[in-house]
Amino acid sequence: MSETSAPAGWELVVGLEVHCELATRTKLFCGCPNAFGAEPNTNVCPVCLGLPGSLPVLNRRAVELAMRIGAALHAEIAPSVFHRKYYFYPDMPKDFQISQYDAPINRGGRLELPDGLVVGIERAHLVEDTGKTTHVGGTGRIGGADYALVDYNRAGVPLVEIVSAPDIRSAAQARAYAGELRAILVATGSSDGRMEEGSMRVDANVSVRRPGAPFGTRCEIKNLNSMRSLGRAIEFEAARQAEVLEGGGTVTQQTRHWDEDRGVTLPMRSKEEADDYRYFPEPDLVPLAPDGRWQAEVAASIEPLPAERRAALHRLVGGEPTPAQADQVRSVVASDLDTLVVAACERGAPAPLALVRAANEVAADLTRAPDLDPDAFAKLLMLEGSGELSASQSKAVLAELLVGGGDPAEVARRLGFEPMDRGALDEVIAQVIAEHPEDWARFVAGEDKLKGPLIGAVRRATDNQADPAAVARHLDGLRAARA
Amino acid sequence: MSPSALELAGAVRSGERSAREVVEGSLRAIAGGDHAIHAFLEVLADRALADADRVDAAVAAGSDPGALAGVPVALKDNLCTRGVPTTCSSRILAGWRPPYDATVVERLRAAGAVIVGKTNMDEFAMGSSTENSCSGPSRNPHDHGRVPGGSSGGSAAAVAAGFVPLSLGSDTGGSIRQPAAFCGVVGMKPTYGLVSRYGLVAFASSLDQVGPLGATVADVAATFEVIAGHDARDSTSLRAPAPDILASVGEGVVGKRIGLVTELVDGVDHEVAARVREAAEAMTAAGASVEEVSIPQFRYGLAAYYLIAPAEASSNLARFDGVRYGLRVEAPDVAAMNVATRTAGFGAEVKRRIMLGTYALSAGYYDAYYARAQRVRTLVSDGFAYAYAKFDALLGATTPTTAFALGEHTEDPLSMYLSDTCTVPASLAGHPAISVPFGTDRAGLPVGIQAMAPALGEATLFALAGALERAAPGAAGGDR
Amino acid sequence: MTAGGAGRASRPPAIGPEQVRHVARLARLELGDEELSRFTSQLASVLDYAAELAELDVEELEPMSHPLPLRNVLREDEPSPQVERDEVLAEAPAAESGRFRVPRILSEER
Repeated sequence: MSETSAPAGWELVVGLEVHCELATRTKLFCGCPNAFGAEPNTNVCPVCLGLPGSLPVLNRRAVELAMRIGAALHAEIAPSVFHRKYYFYPDMPKDFQISQYDAPINRGGRLELPDGLVVGIERAHLVEDTGKTTHVGGTGRIGGADYALVDYNRAGVPLVEIVSAPDIRSAAQARAYAGELRAILVATGSSDGRMEEGSMRVDANVSVRRPGAPFGTRCEIKNLNSMRSLGRAIEFEAARQAEVLEGGGTVTQQTRHWDEDRGVTLPMRSKEEADDYRYFPEPDLVPLAPDGRWQAEVAASIEPLPAERRAALHRLVGGEPTPAQADQVRSVVASDLDTLVVAACERGAPAPLALVRAANEVAADLTRAPDLDPDAFAKLLMLEGSGELSASQSKAVLAELLVGGGDPAEVARRLGFEPMDRGALDEVIAQVIAEHPEDWARFVAGEDKLKGPLIGAVRRATDNQADPAAVARHLDGLRAARA
Repeated sequence: MSPSALELAGAVRSGERSAREVVEGSLRAIAGGDHAIHAFLEVLADRALADADRVDAAVAAGSDPGALAGVPVALKDNLCTRGVPTTCSSRILAGWRPPYDATVVERLRAAGAVIVGKTNMDEFAMGSSTENSCSGPSRNPHDHGRVPGGSSGGSAAAVAAGFVPLSLGSDTGGSIRQPAAFCGVVGMKPTYGLVSRYGLVAFASSLDQVGPLGATVADVAATFEVIAGHDARDSTSLRAPAPDILASVGEGVVGKRIGLVTELVDGVDHEVAARVREAAEAMTAAGASVEEVSIPQFRYGLAAYYLIAPAEASSNLARFDGVRYGLRVEAPDVAAMNVATRTAGFGAEVKRRIMLGTYALSAGYYDAYYARAQRVRTLVSDGFAYAYAKFDALLGATTPTTAFALGEHTEDPLSMYLSDTCTVPASLAGHPAISVPFGTDRAGLPVGIQAMAPALGEATLFALAGALERAAPGAAGGDR
Repeated sequence: MTAGGAGRASRPPAIGPEQVRHVARLARLELGDEELSRFTSQLASVLDYAAELAELDVEELEPMSHPLPLRNVLREDEPSPQVERDEVLAEAPAAESGRFRVPRILSEER
């Protein structure tokens, strides 16, 4: 993974706070729809408008989804309490936010990234979303607007805030973390994880230090609306802090806003008084203490997670995966094609080949991939694996299968491919060995570099019909038999 | 003597009297007398008559018009009424019309009760005299120079003046019981969680309870039956079985063990203390075994209450910011608008409590004030637990004095707060308590006796209250 | 009164005008000079009364944030009726295009 994002001589330290909207039908504390894109102030009621006299009642599904996230992050699901976090802002209907403070539902945990890095999770707690403010007129800058308009449709939508430990050391790792977390949210059915629609929002706590030194002062970067801005903002901020420190200055702890167009982070205009959230236990709600049975039900309802699915594919391939195979496994799981690969392998297809074709050709056509018949896919892979179809022929047949289905052997015939049967290939190889006795002898003696020329000779003898991988396996087999 | 709510409901249900006639009588009494009392902020004559006609139509159609059919009821103005101003006696909510009814309002209507108006109160229920109202104080019907108590002063005065037989109030630290005592009516605070708080504009959420005030214990019991019960819109609502309480009012106290709480006798005005002792003797005469019990933890209740309640209030009242409803005082930016609106919209006592609560919750003081007060709340509850191990119910004064004069405590908030000292312990513990009139002082001002019972002990509470009512001086069959 | 021994909290310091001003800012209230001095002495007297709690040895007791032993009060994830926007916005001090209108917001940070 790229480690270029830290300025020379500095170590980057990043912790991420990810807010994800839970995929419930209704809001966290009332029965208003949790829906994106409705007319302003139509998904509202006395509770989410914070009208005097209204009271919150907790959504069971939101709790379950939060527990799923916790289970997926290997967190301890703990008895929890809601607190009021108090601050004035027009998009906060009650001028306090109901959140979890010192007793969150999920404590501790970890997230393993595809490359093996383990990032600690400090907590993942429930919190309600705020409304949406639109600034109107003036300069377009928030403080320069003439006035603002508030829509409370989003107020009270359930969020889980997932706070990582400061274990991330590069922008690439931060992106990988966010991507893996997103995959987990989707896999557990907790959230749709769409950054563009704001259903997954990332804040980054960034600091730099000399390697081995204590943590530096951090800045919190907000408005990271895409994976791209997440990476760019962290790199910019690290460079900015390093420059400040190298110039003999100190980093001020502050909240900064990522300006995507200008590619810079800028300090946010802060309120006059210091933060004093005056947390205290929300008296309108009672404590939450999921019992073991409920926790077990939730754990049982979770589909296999990306990391487990990747591990399953690795087991299919067997042995230590090559870097290319690791990439293919990631891609196959990210595209939800692992069930196809597993099905094909169960039907006898060679696993490495199934991975390659799924990660490349099938993943390139994800709209049609769900209709691909695993039987046909498996047959095709077996034809290719045995050398009856070359790689390029196999790809052409696969393209046809994706479009119109059918039997791979028939499709191959229709496309005019003369499948080389095994007998024919055996004959050609025997002939090539006879024609190149010295090369063959050295290959048998262990000189692998002679495999290439031998394969090349076989392919020339078959007008490039023979599949190089199949020929290679054949040659390996013959050598093993001689040894 | 005017008929009780149950008598009126009986007459309406049987067709002997029409609801319209009953409600018109109430509206006439208000029109004729409220200029001197100022119990009402808003009288809903047209709506009330329309509702009365619906009750009469139900009676005519032979369908059940409900247990409180045609009974005129007044609501404290912190109970949300759809389309009807709900102001909490605050400038900041002037004219606010909620888009929904409080659960208790729905339940009263479903029982055939007719809401005739919204009553005056201390702003946001903060006060003990109804002097902290943006529309001016209410007056005690027994002496117009004195306060009716508070914060449900309008609701207590409306019953005492004979305007309505029943009203609803809210009690956070004594706001039903104290005005009931001052006005010589019955006022009851239920077990926390038995009556839904949905639609009650919050003062201190962990203490607030809605409860009835009435001229008789039976009327109060019947109203409690109507408004109590689980409500899914209130997370703190208990799933207790529907209370069947009315029958217990006449049960008597034979064999009941009653504790006379030393701290609620010795610390109060001697005339009030004398009535309390008489009440205790009367209960002994009625067959109970009465013993004195000291609960020293009560001494700390008031201080804990005056940290906890303002802390919760400071957060509950944050939402009054000029953005969504109520008053707005314009200013160039939103933060300045918040400040201008709140500064103009809240009265002095509300500001004091917001400040006190904000301070108690603020960084560096939370542990010393708020957290400590919560531990003291446990201490007070432990005191009750000790007493209830030995007694079925407890008895004491409702208030340290009888009704005080208008203006007597307005300059010294702490002296006003001391008026809640007897009522606060049951509030902190979440236990039910009731104030029943029992004689007067030498000036003829009513004295209230407070009965308390453990959580969900309403049946015991009403049995004791009924016995107190029957034994009270001047009661039919009473011994004085 | 003296501060207690082990397990007891020491009495918090008396509140002064600067703190009262700070608290007013937190609570979004503005106090005039006369009001500030009145509130300072009134709050001080209430806090002085409350300071008797500092004498108590209550550290071993659980804080009681609620009178009820309730746990896990939940509702099903089922939609319930909303309120009409017009009814809500009719109560708003200012509204525009179906939204609540407020003066400009200076603070970007919350």
